[in-house]
Amino acid sequence: MRKLLFGAGIISLSSLLIFGCPSKEQVKSTGGAGGVEDAAKKVYVPPGQYDEFYAFLSGGFNGQLSVYGLPSGRLLKIIPVFSQFPENGYGYTPETKPMLMTSYGFVPWDDSHHPELSQTNGVPDGRWIFINANNTPRIAKISLTTFETTEIIEIPNSAGNHASSFITENSEYLTAATRFSVPIPQKDVEIKSYAQNFKGTISFIKLDPKDGKMSIAFQLLVPGYNYDLGHCGKGPSHDWCFFTSYNTEQAHTLLEINASKNDKDYIAAVNWKKVEQCVAEGKGKDVPTEYYHNIYDETKHIATSEVIKSVKMLSPQDCPGSIYYLPTPKSPHGVDVDPTGEYIIGDGKLATVIPIHSFSKMLKAIEGKQFEKEIDGIPVIKYEAVNYCEVPKPCLGPLHTEFDGKGNAYTSCFVSSEVVKYDYKACKVLDRIPVYYSIGHLMIPGGDSAKPWGKYLLAMNKITKDRYLPTGPELAQSAQLIDISGDKMKMLLDFPTIGEPHYAQAIPASVIKDKVEKIYDLKANAHPDAVKSEADAKVVRKGNEVHVYLTMIRSHFVPDNIEGVKVGDKVYFHITNLEQDWDIPHGFALLGMNNAEVLVMPGQTKTLVWEPKKEGVFPFYCTDFCSALHQEMQGYVRVSPAGSNPQIKYGTNKDL
Amino acid sequence: MIKRVLLILAGILLIGVYFFPLWEIIFYAPQYPEGLGILIHLNKITGLGEHDIKIINDLNHYIGMKTIEENSIPELKIMPFILAFLIIYAFIAAIINKKLVTLTFSAIITLLGIAGLVDFYLWEYDYGHNLAPNAPIKVDPFQPAFIGHKPFLNFDIYSFPHIGGALLGLAIVLAWLSTYLYFIEGKK
Repeated sequence: MRKLLFGAGIISLSSLLIFGCPSKEQVKSTGGAGGVEDAAKKVYVPPGQYDEFYAFLSGGFNGQLSVYGLPSGRLLKIIPVFSQFPENGYGYTPETKPMLMTSYGFVPWDDSHHPELSQTNGVPDGRWIFINANNTPRIAKISLTTFETTEIIEIPNSAGNHASSFITENSEYLTAATRFSVPIPQKDVEIKSYAQNFKGTISFIKLDPKDGKMSIAFQLLVPGYNYDLGHCGKGPSHDWCFFTSYNTEQAHTLLEINASKNDKDYIAAVNWKKVEQCVAEGKGKDVPTEYYHNIYDETKHIATSEVIKSVKMLSPQDCPGSIYYLPTPKSPHGVDVDPTGEYIIGDGKLATVIPIHSFSKMLKAIEGKQFEKEIDGIPVIKYEAVNYCEVPKPCLGPLHTEFDGKGNAYTSCFVSSEVVKYDYKACKVLDRIPVYYSIGHLMIPGGDSAKPWGKYLLAMNKITKDRYLPTGPELAQSAQLIDISGDKMKMLLDFPTIGEPHYAQAIPASVIKDKVEKIYDLKANAHPDAVKSEADAKVVRKGNEVHVYLTMIRSHFVPDNIEGVKVGDKVYFHITNLEQDWDIPHGFALLGMNNAEVLVMPGQTKTLVWEPKKEGVFPFYCTDFCSALHQEMQGYVRVSPAGSNPQIKYGTNKDL
Repeated sequence: MIKRVLLILAGILLIGVYFFPLWEIIFYAPQYPEGLGILIHLNKITGLGEHDIKIINDLNHYIGMKTIEENSIPELKIMPFILAFLIIYAFIAAIINKKLVTLTFSAIITLLGIAGLVDFYLWEYDYGHNLAPNAPIKVDPFQPAFIGHKPFLNFDIYSFPHIGGALLGLAIVLAWLSTYLYFIEGKK
């Protein structure tokens, strides 16, 4: 016994001395940077020069959309979408509060996941970018000339709007689908009655080809699975959109275990052209419901809400040929269609393979009725009849796939924390590169379109740990930029991101940058409370409301002295920035206001509402450093006691 | 023959002055890398960019300079008529074909050209010297850039003739060339 222990000790000690402890550098040594200088040259954008690509990253739990430049990784802008933005007053002003109105009332926050650029013939065209709200189901549209949110439509009969907002090849429709099955319509039932009462919906939101306005065209009522992600087809598969589902077990509790039992779940293949046809033939029903459609008018600088009271719904039984289920291992997450539109890759997050389906095989299987069964009128195609191949031993936890247009697919692997590159037609792994750590989504410019631009791959990770200087327990998410132009992938850059990017899109800067607005045209400003010259500035009392029509220009307000307000009044500051110069915004903030500030861009008008609670004299000032005399840009409002009857007086450069 | 053609050419060039700005003043500053510009036409003053005049006026208020307003500059209303007079004169001189007529034409157009420059100088003098006494940024009265490059505070200013001005200058040269031809012909 002692001899054994002694021998073991000698062996361990000697191995330690010979091989040493595995150091962090050794563990991380595969897929190296290939020369620090090379990488630095590829990502360095010299001062005064521009990035090659705009990248739009979802903010996840911050409810916003971030704009980055690639390859430098510089943050260019955070665009408020579904969350209030105290920085500029979005969601605090009467003009923007309607944007966040829903059938549940005013919702000041949401979870924004998947941005999608508008496309023409399968290529991102730079007109708009769309993004979904996961929590209170909605889709937002963001203009790419002003980089502001201009439209938000609510999705009724939905919960957990995750498989959204994916776009058809020619921007005909955007998709939405339920991650969480719920009773449709909602009713008070026991939660355990999931299998009997809970259903899902797959919605198609039409984009008007002229003005891009969104409207809900139809909703397909589907079995109660969790519909996770989607992508629409291209070329031959133009008429179809594909959605992964998991929880075909129909579990309602501890899904971690109970939704991971089945060996295969389904990709739902929806022929939206067929559904269009069925609706035209009158097969759909107008079901009463309630949802909001909010539009921000960029000339009036005001958002208005419309409440819509019905939506067109169909069941698969009403429209045979509209939807099929493709068995896919196992609890698949992403579904991605290759640029040719023929190959449909299911990223089976708990699977040991990456299954690739063939669109042409699917059509043949449908024709030859190669179904294994039917669920609620939805034919389930036999796996062998639709599957093209299974990429063997790719990695652990595949989540998302994008393409470089050269026949290669790149899949993110959460559990093994890597990106794997493979020739999907040959079904062969070519390369892999570690990422830090636990990647969620990856994005190649145009990587989900019919003509990828390729060149870079952005890995967006979920675990940061030691990648950057520590900043307490709560850390920014990490991202790495990878060069995919050669045979082997090379790591170029590592940078933290805002919020939690779930998904991203990128487009060459040249498509957008020369069309971006520099100012708002003051002449065209159609806001009813806009004031276009200092001579027109005024203060008017209407009962208990006092309306201040204020102008701002370097470096003063007109009026900057206001008297005649009393406690109990509701004071509306309608503020117009008279500048027409590039990048000269002005801000407005007032002592003790229970509201945010506003930042007003040149030519724009915004309103802030104030209910003074105390008497006295209250200063206001410009909050955005606008000029050499910015510190002098200030004013006062005099508040008299409640019940008094002070005279309204106002002006600049005079004693009232 | 050439001497008459030169006069006609001068007349044609002068017609062009209706269609192009006479003068341009361009302003660069660290925070205006793209530049701001004033274009002085025969009958109006416009900006190089759509809002440049407004922006320049807004910036000028810091040093107490008057706003540039077309209505306060009567020359803008008169100059189109003066130019018409010169054009007619050029063509008449070509028709009459007498050396003294050509000489007086050249003299008048030159004097008017010089008068224009002097007038421009005086206007600039007025703008640069009549500064509001309570302006937030105090500067000594100055002569704004007249011809060429002149820095001022954070601005680099370039003041040069534009196409219209060049056409006028060329017309003057052609007028004198024609006059010269008339006179040497007489001498031969």
